[in-house]
Amino acid sequence: MHEMGIACSILDAVAKEVRRRPGARAARVGVRIGELAAIDPEALRFCFEVMVQGTEQDGLQLEIERVPRKHQCAECKQEFVICEYDFRCPRCGAVSMDFAGGDELELTFVEVSEDGASSAGAQGT
Amino acid sequence: MERVPLERKVLSENDKLAAELRARFHQHGILCLNLISSPGSGKTSLLERTLEKLPRQTRVAVLTGDIQTENDADRLKRAGFPVKQITTGGTCHLDARMIDKHLAEWRLDDIDLLLIENVGNLVCPSSYDLGEEAKVVVLSVTEGEDKPLKYPSIFFKSELMVLNKVDLLPYVPFDATVAEENARKVHPGMEIVRVSCTTGEGLDGWLAWIERRRRSALTVGKAFVAAPGAEPGS
Repeated sequence: MHEMGIACSILDAVAKEVRRRPGARAARVGVRIGELAAIDPEALRFCFEVMVQGTEQDGLQLEIERVPRKHQCAECKQEFVICEYDFRCPRCGAVSMDFAGGDELELTFVEVSEDGASSAGAQGT
Repeated sequence: MERVPLERKVLSENDKLAAELRARFHQHGILCLNLISSPGSGKTSLLERTLEKLPRQTRVAVLTGDIQTENDADRLKRAGFPVKQITTGGTCHLDARMIDKHLAEWRLDDIDLLLIENVGNLVCPSSYDLGEEAKVVVLSVTEGEDKPLKYPSIFFKSELMVLNKVDLLPYVPFDATVAEENARKVHPGMEIVRVSCTTGEGLDGWLAWIERRRRSALTVGKAFVAAPGAEPGS
């Protein structure tokens, strides 16, 4: 259960981005989570929502993009998604391959509005 | 509304510090291993036996992580090597900042092998780079053979699986071959050693693996000294 720490790192990154734009307010932040990242997206969402409540980031939305495990065939260079631990290349049948993704834990974007004052709803009831 | 692309790792602060630690380890010719397992798989026992069996001239240091208590450090100090307990106070994993902080009082030139025992947990430690050369996952035969399938991240990211407590195989319904097949389903070609910390069986294979990795770490270290600009400074 380290999703609380991960949520905290995401919120820190958003706050840093907002500080660079005086008067701006973040509305949405995107993260990319690979299936090998050892992160439970629902637990992360729960922690995130709890952490923003009653703060100046209240209302900030979390957009999660999930990424499957991908490999690239060492022979024919075909990139493919691994299902049911089947590591054969679907194109040429080779079993030699390189890891090509699926352990991501990345920030992808933050959406900011410059009219911070009008949408400020920090002290929700 | 403006969408600002970020495209950076969520744990970029941790990863940056881990990269600095890794460069320092290379510079000082240190092999650093990060041991990870469920609670009770035998990480501390494996370290105890490792400290007993390593050649006396090997200069080992141990950082051992737990949520509470200094018990593991007390057990490991008996071997006479420098040992420090990292008490996380509730956090379920170690991070690079904790390693950096606890290394501060040691002279890195006096260390050849740094063994880090992570907090007992197969999930969270897999997300945090500690600057180690390799992660080592410990599984014991009193657990399930399907653990590699249930916790694929850590079995994929670890370079070696130590299958511990093999002296108990006659008494438990655990099929070691199936467990190894499962580990290699998640991580094709994964290296595996079977050991018993109780009888000492298989420990030579584990020590030989460490020695092999230590020699290759020294090669990397020499390359680093030759071209120090190749990695972040210490």
